[in-house]
Amino acid sequence: MLIAFYIASAIAVLATIIAITRRHAVHALLYLIVSLLGVAIDFFVIGAPFLAALELIIYAGAIMVLFLFVVMMLNIGEHATEVETASLKPGVWGWPSALGVVLIAELIYVAAHASAPPGPMHVVSAKEIGISLFGPYAIGVELASLLLTSGLVGAYHLGRRTSREEERNDAGTVGTRIGSSGDLVRSGSGRTSYTA
Amino acid sequence: MILFAVGLVGLLTRRNLIFTLMSIEVMLNASGLAFVAGSYKWGRVDGQIMFLFILAMAAAEVSVGLALFLQFHRTQPTLDSDAASEMRG
Repeated sequence: MLIAFYIASAIAVLATIIAITRRHAVHALLYLIVSLLGVAIDFFVIGAPFLAALELIIYAGAIMVLFLFVVMMLNIGEHATEVETASLKPGVWGWPSALGVVLIAELIYVAAHASAPPGPMHVVSAKEIGISLFGPYAIGVELASLLLTSGLVGAYHLGRRTSREEERNDAGTVGTRIGSSGDLVRSGSGRTSYTA
Repeated sequence: MILFAVGLVGLLTRRNLIFTLMSIEVMLNASGLAFVAGSYKWGRVDGQIMFLFILAMAAAEVSVGLALFLQFHRTQPTLDSDAASEMRG
């Protein structure tokens, strides 16, 4: 169990280091997902299976998809086809897959040995977390919900496009008005006009 | 485990704004792992609750940060954080 923990930590650190040193943001996101998987395995080994599931769902599922969405929104344009061909090379996805395979093997190993007596380890179930969350930490839950709501409102306020700014952006692009074809195309054309 | 957090904090130095946000995510993750490890060591639930709060905070922070980057990208063609040195209405 301890071996599994340290292997997963090493994979997480390694994947994070690789992710930070990548040039391309999508590759970095791939490695970062592997790092999050490693941390999730750590949680699982350490006796927090509920948090491992939450880590996967929220971090790797929601936040990374958000990152990916913004990266694609900002980077689409003239480099799209090059990026597409480059991402199909095996060197790009090979190493994240290899690290992921190690993590899967480790998960299988841990799951196979889960029937062994857990020893002094205290596995915290979701029920226990829920009881504690809505017992002594109810105020914290309310504050977190308030924070999420304000984050939602703030993100909407920052991300909205005022009409004046839209006119300016459309005047800045070289081509004709894109119309209602969405932000992806418009930001891409804006980028080309800047670089031109 | 503490080493894990420290080693990841050192990775913040990156010029791209997207990478900066990713580094912040990594740091939050490392601190959450430290919380869960403490919860494991003392057999309490509190550390995991703290990790839940960190998770909620990270989600809110990332959404606001990414919206900020979108707004920044509209005025600047790049995502270089050095380009944000001029701050003007």
